[in-house]
Amino acid sequence: MSCKNVIVEEKFSELEHFIDELPDKQGDLIAVLHKAQEIFGYLPEEVQLRIADKLDVPSAKVSGVVSFYSFFTMKPRGKHVVNVCTGTACYVRGAEKLLNELNKHFAIKPGETTKDGEFTLDALRCVGACGLAPVMIVDGKVYGRLKPEQVKGILANYR
Amino acid sequence: MSKIASLNELSKLKNKFGPLIQIRQENEKTIITNTDVIDNSFKIHVLACGGTGCQSSESELIVRVFQRELEKRGLANQVKVITTGCFGFCEQGPILKIHPDNVFYIQVSSKDVEEIIDEHLIKGQVVERLLYVEPIHQEKLKTDLPFYNRQLRIALRNCGLIAPEDIREYIALDGYQALGQVLTEHKPEDIIDTIKKSGLRGRGGGGFPTGVKWELTRKSAADQKFIVCNADEGDPGAFMDRSILEGDPHSVLEAMAIAGYVIGASKGYVYIRAEYPLAIKRLQIAIKEAREYGLLGGSILGSEFSFDVELKYGAGAFVCGEETALIHSIEGKRGEPTVKPPFPAENGLWGKPTSVNNVETFANIPPIILKGADWFANIGTEKSKGTKVFALAGKVNNVGLVEVPMGTTLREIIFDIGGGTKENKRFKSAQTGGPSGGCIPAHYLDIPIDYESLASIGSMMGSGGLIVMDEDDCMVNVAKFFLEFTVDESCGRCTACRVGTKRLHEILTKITEGKGTLEDLDKLERLALIIKDTSLCGLGQSAPNPILSTLEYFRDEYLAHILDKKCSAKVCSNLVEYDITDLCCGCTLCARNCPQNCISGSPRNKHVIDNNRCIKCGVCLDNCRFDAVIRK
Amino acid sequence: MTINLTINDMSVTVPEGTTILDAARSVNISIPTLCYLNLHEMKLNNKISSCRVCMVEVEGRRNLAPSCSTPVFEGMVVKTETHRAIEARRTMLELLLSDHPKSCLTCAKNLDCELQKLAAELGIREISFEGEESSYQKDASSFSIVRDPNKCIMCRRCETMCSDVQTVGVYSASGRGFQTVVKPAFDRPLIKTSCTFCGQCLAVCPTGALTEVDHVGKVWRELNNPKKTVIVQTAPAVRVALGELFGADPGTLVTGKMVSALRRLGFDMVFDTDFAADLTIMEEASEFAHRLEHGGRLPILTSCCPGWVKFFEHQFPDLLDIPSSCKSPHEMFGVVAKTFLANKMGLDPKNMVVVSIMPCVAKKYEAARPELGQKPEMPDVDIVITTRELGRMIHEAGIDFNSLPEEDFDRPLGESSGASVIFGTTGGVIEAALRTAYEWLTGETLEKVDFESLRGMEGVKEAVIPINGHNLRIAVAHGLGNARKILESIRAGECQYDAIEIMACPGGCIGGGGQPYHHGNLEILTARAAGLYKEDRSKHIRKSHENPEVLALYDEFLGEPYSEMAHKLLHTSYTARKRL
Ligand SMILES: Cc1cc2nc3c(=O)[nH]c(=O)nc-3n(C[C@H](O)[C@H](O)[C@H](O)COP(=O)(O)O)c2cc1C
Ligand code: SF4
Ligand code: SF4
Ligand code: SF4
Ligand code: SF4
Ligand code: SF4
Ligand code: SF4
Ligand code: SF4
Ligand code: SF4
Ligand code: FES
Ligand code: FES
Ligand code: FES
Repeated sequence: MSCKNVIVEEKFSELEHFIDELPDKQGDLIAVLHKAQEIFGYLPEEVQLRIADKLDVPSAKVSGVVSFYSFFTMKPRGKHVVNVCTGTACYVRGAEKLLNELNKHFAIKPGETTKDGEFTLDALRCVGACGLAPVMIVDGKVYGRLKPEQVKGILANYR
Repeated sequence: MSKIASLNELSKLKNKFGPLIQIRQENEKTIITNTDVIDNSFKIHVLACGGTGCQSSESELIVRVFQRELEKRGLANQVKVITTGCFGFCEQGPILKIHPDNVFYIQVSSKDVEEIIDEHLIKGQVVERLLYVEPIHQEKLKTDLPFYNRQLRIALRNCGLIAPEDIREYIALDGYQALGQVLTEHKPEDIIDTIKKSGLRGRGGGGFPTGVKWELTRKSAADQKFIVCNADEGDPGAFMDRSILEGDPHSVLEAMAIAGYVIGASKGYVYIRAEYPLAIKRLQIAIKEAREYGLLGGSILGSEFSFDVELKYGAGAFVCGEETALIHSIEGKRGEPTVKPPFPAENGLWGKPTSVNNVETFANIPPIILKGADWFANIGTEKSKGTKVFALAGKVNNVGLVEVPMGTTLREIIFDIGGGTKENKRFKSAQTGGPSGGCIPAHYLDIPIDYESLASIGSMMGSGGLIVMDEDDCMVNVAKFFLEFTVDESCGRCTACRVGTKRLHEILTKITEGKGTLEDLDKLERLALIIKDTSLCGLGQSAPNPILSTLEYFRDEYLAHILDKKCSAKVCSNLVEYDITDLCCGCTLCARNCPQNCISGSPRNKHVIDNNRCIKCGVCLDNCRFDAVIRK
Repeated sequence: MTINLTINDMSVTVPEGTTILDAARSVNISIPTLCYLNLHEMKLNNKISSCRVCMVEVEGRRNLAPSCSTPVFEGMVVKTETHRAIEARRTMLELLLSDHPKSCLTCAKNLDCELQKLAAELGIREISFEGEESSYQKDASSFSIVRDPNKCIMCRRCETMCSDVQTVGVYSASGRGFQTVVKPAFDRPLIKTSCTFCGQCLAVCPTGALTEVDHVGKVWRELNNPKKTVIVQTAPAVRVALGELFGADPGTLVTGKMVSALRRLGFDMVFDTDFAADLTIMEEASEFAHRLEHGGRLPILTSCCPGWVKFFEHQFPDLLDIPSSCKSPHEMFGVVAKTFLANKMGLDPKNMVVVSIMPCVAKKYEAARPELGQKPEMPDVDIVITTRELGRMIHEAGIDFNSLPEEDFDRPLGESSGASVIFGTTGGVIEAALRTAYEWLTGETLEKVDFESLRGMEGVKEAVIPINGHNLRIAVAHGLGNARKILESIRAGECQYDAIEIMACPGGCIGGGGQPYHHGNLEILTARAAGLYKEDRSKHIRKSHENPEVLALYDEFLGEPYSEMAHKLLHTSYTARKRL
């Protein structure tokens, strides 16, 4: 077994441990998926299959749930996740321009990851910092009152 | 901490904890005479906003620097720095408030901390440059900001006042008194009566009378029932519920326990968006503390009533705010709504009677019980009682959270509290109710807002999002923006919404691209009305509202897009043209950056755009340092 | 309690809890529906209210109400035919069609499609709202089912059927908004899922999104190949359903016409799977007796349904030793044809083509199971077509079915007992087995051959039969959800039965996935079952072990039931499979 597999197995046992502790397994599918995404970073097929097995639910149900909630992703994310808020407050204060700038900067569309695996670009709806609209969030840190010109400089810090 | 065994003990604790917050209260004169008080040597309280907005501007760092600097100066045991929830005035964050001087600092940065300590705390000199400047008379205000003057804070009463992570402060401010009274002195029916009389209606959007909902749930016979707090708050641009949970989580927990007692439930769930990490953290702390104090869990306050609360996380689906969808999501399923009836009050979570109530609805409960139904019913309009919290945002000067009595006009909120539009641009529209609401034109600014009046002008209260738009916003594009949202967020269950909203969006796109016809406009309207009439849940039923309201009030903009191929706000890129004016000095910058190479001209001579090739990217406009490029 | 309401100015009184739709139907007002499906006997109630074509006006209600899922209340005033309601319905249909390939002419559901029918009824002449259309990959990976998600209208009947009734859970709605579609996990081709190919999903799909794999072309090719001797066999349940495709009432027996149609289509020999059903009983009853006598594992489970076989292979791989090892009747027939019959007729089995006409789509997949053949290149059965496909062939050939003469099956594999006929309905297999096992075990003649308690549409039926002072406990389950309950009790060691019959399809093969569509009318199934029992009663031989041709087969070829030769040809083994 390669070293990578050992790490993956460790992750799986962490997940299974989490599931074992749950009082009500089937009703906690979403909590389990949250945990799994926290552990693995994303929810690839094999992770979903394990969850289905462990919770004794059909895998179609698991994948149906995963595909419903935009928080869950089946694609691995980049090292850094760049989100642009496209909530209404940010929209009227120019979020679209920010997003365009980022599309151009990375040459990817929202939901995609740069080829080098460094950055994932995404849009989300309102982080509650509407006072600072428009905002961009990099790895959870909020940058507010942004002008498209500033984007490049901020991202340089994450290279 | 041993569990509190009675209301009496709770009241004693309240007195004991009183000094914790005493100097922050307006009636500072009331000296607490009880001898069993906790020692409190702090003479100064520095309240730092720890709401999401201010935390985004590093308010945590400010707190850390404060503490470090206080320690350096040996003041750590005299000045207490407290992290609170949102003050509401997010536009000007990070906010700092100093008590007992009652001085309000705005836009504070960690670099200002030393000056505040040395000048204000030590020398007693207010740091003028950090005060709010009232825009009309350019007066610097220490306190009594106009932003707050017209507000009445009931649901937000403790936000920005107490430390949300310290249950003692909540208790000191009458916290859990209402629960104590309910458990020891009242029958569930009395409480239903009180809530019904108060006129409280659900703040989650529907406006259903809360007392009636509790009564229905109480009447449904079952071995088990549930209380669910709806903290999904998916309306983009709204952050009321999150702020309440961040700033005053115990008020919601207390109300949930009261509701549990009333309907006969021993278990409550808070369904909260996973994107709200701070609110989640504060709730977790609050639940833990409440359990330790015996305010949640078994035999609360020595009574026979047991109630506990568990958190359930959403995962990014707006429709999960709809109560039946929310219930399915808690059950670990796709968050698809189901037909009502049956209502959750009969057949809810795990098939059991369930009362789903909104965060803000809950936050209103303890004051109603303590101050009485009449007190609450005296506030507001005939059919809408009490206050409403709005998340004021968009092109308005004072973005933030405001709580006003029902019946306040939009004008008061936007201009008196919100300080008017940004850069004094012409106000065009206020959007309430988020993606379910409508766009209200200027001529309705003086309508007193409540559930009915908003509905009568094609919008709705919704959960309290209030977005201000000005002359630079294209209303067709705004409608398209909201439809894009609903298309994205439709659960896909029913035809009307799954396919219908998609078609609406397509027609809007056609119009904004200048390809629309009058026939399209007719189809748009027809389809919008039918979708409202046929959709399964509130999402689809209200999704056409942004279209219908803009069609009603801004039809001329639609017509201009269709007939004249013009977007007067110059938003729809297909309908704008870029041009270079005489201000051009021929610096060539635009030409060098144009991705289409469609700008020509020799150095030091006026440049010209070939509009046939221009893709309207706006790069030239952004690049020109001489304001020579214009959109028309 | 009853409720009084008014529908279109008519007073209606119905029990509390009735929907507007049912209330309207009770006074012969029809309201169109698409997603709604209430198969009460199957415990399937698809009330997901997704299509919105059943909208009606309710006085005092802000918006239109979906009649299929709105309960009536006292004093309710309903209008079903207002302009508003009709406009809304038409628009819903137009919206559905705006995202639908309008390829009826080449669609497997042409003229049998609920969507098409509704569009015709509502007179849709143009679609006002055109726009992007979904485009999904068609899945034709399996031998049984074609999924064309582009034709899916999201009624979710298949999902409800597969998850709630069959408890297989292959499908789930996936994605959100316009992208929502019903599909297997990770968009796997059905062949890579736990699908049992029972075909119940396609039996309820209102459109051409789920259909059987069409093997008609293959059959025509073989029929036109002069080198091949094409032999056909017909399953018990086909003869009570085929007539429906030519206007007969459900349950009408058309055995004779069917045989003559098959001859006219060009099949060289026309045989009866019923014969093989008798053979199956011989083997299964022997196996049961053997287990009883030798302390083998009990209960014994029937194994003649391939949907059920695949179900337990995926879901209960730990219990593979419980089902009988008997092949299903048509597979037994296939192998007998390619050995015994080939020998007798002097045919090279390589030049024989065995075609099965089945009520079933699982049998298409079953025929391709590698272990069901003497050699990989020589499967026991070559082609399986369904009742519906046979109907199409008859239409295509221009045969006037109703005026055909009645003909009889060829010999020597054409004789059958009444016991074999009832294989086609739930309870029939075990009843047939009991008729034989009883006589074998007691040595007495069974006078009353009808086991009424094992008949009917109840999900799980049971009977206690005293044999030799020992009470045999028998159970019958149909529908895989009921099967699951029984298997779980076996796994938990709580099962009290000795022998259990299981059929994947609710109702058994009369309700198979290859039968003419019932479109939600389950009385059709009852009528088909009645047809089979009638045929049983009319037979002079009613017990499998009295079938002279079967006895001759043992005599001439197989030796004893459960003998080594019988084992080699008529029994099979199972494979543990993953649950996906
Ligand atoms: C699409 C949709 C989204 C909703 N989102 C929310 C929400 O985010 N928060 C909320 O409290 N109610 C939301 N609601 C309303 C809830 O369904 C429900 O009416 C409410 O939680 C009841 O609480 P209340 O009576 O206290 O308002 C939403 C409704 C719809 C149709
Ligand atoms: S209206 Fe939209 S969100 Fe609501 S059930 Fe229908 S498709 Fe789902
Ligand atoms: S808008 Fe873009 S394409 Fe057009 S002229 Fe300016 S830079 Fe060139
Ligand atoms: S950038 Fe401005 S000033 Fe320079 S050439 Fe272009 S239009 Fe003229
Ligand atoms: S599914 Fe029905 S409507 Fe669609 S193409 Fe086939 S027959 Fe026509
Ligand atoms: S129904 Fe109409 S379109 Fe279809 S084949 Fe007949 S005439 Fe042609
Ligand atoms: S054939 Fe049967 S098992 Fe397979 S998907 Fe359809 S209903 Fe489910
Ligand atoms: S595949 Fe058929 S049964 Fe399943 S949802 Fe689609 S249309 Fe309905
Ligand atoms: S019950 Fe009959 S039709 Fe259904 S899968 Fe089994 S054998 Fe086929
Ligand atoms: S809309 Fe962007 S932070 Fe609220
Ligand atoms: S977050 Fe600090 S004032 Fe709102
Ligand atoms: S039949 Fe009623 S909504 Fe589909």
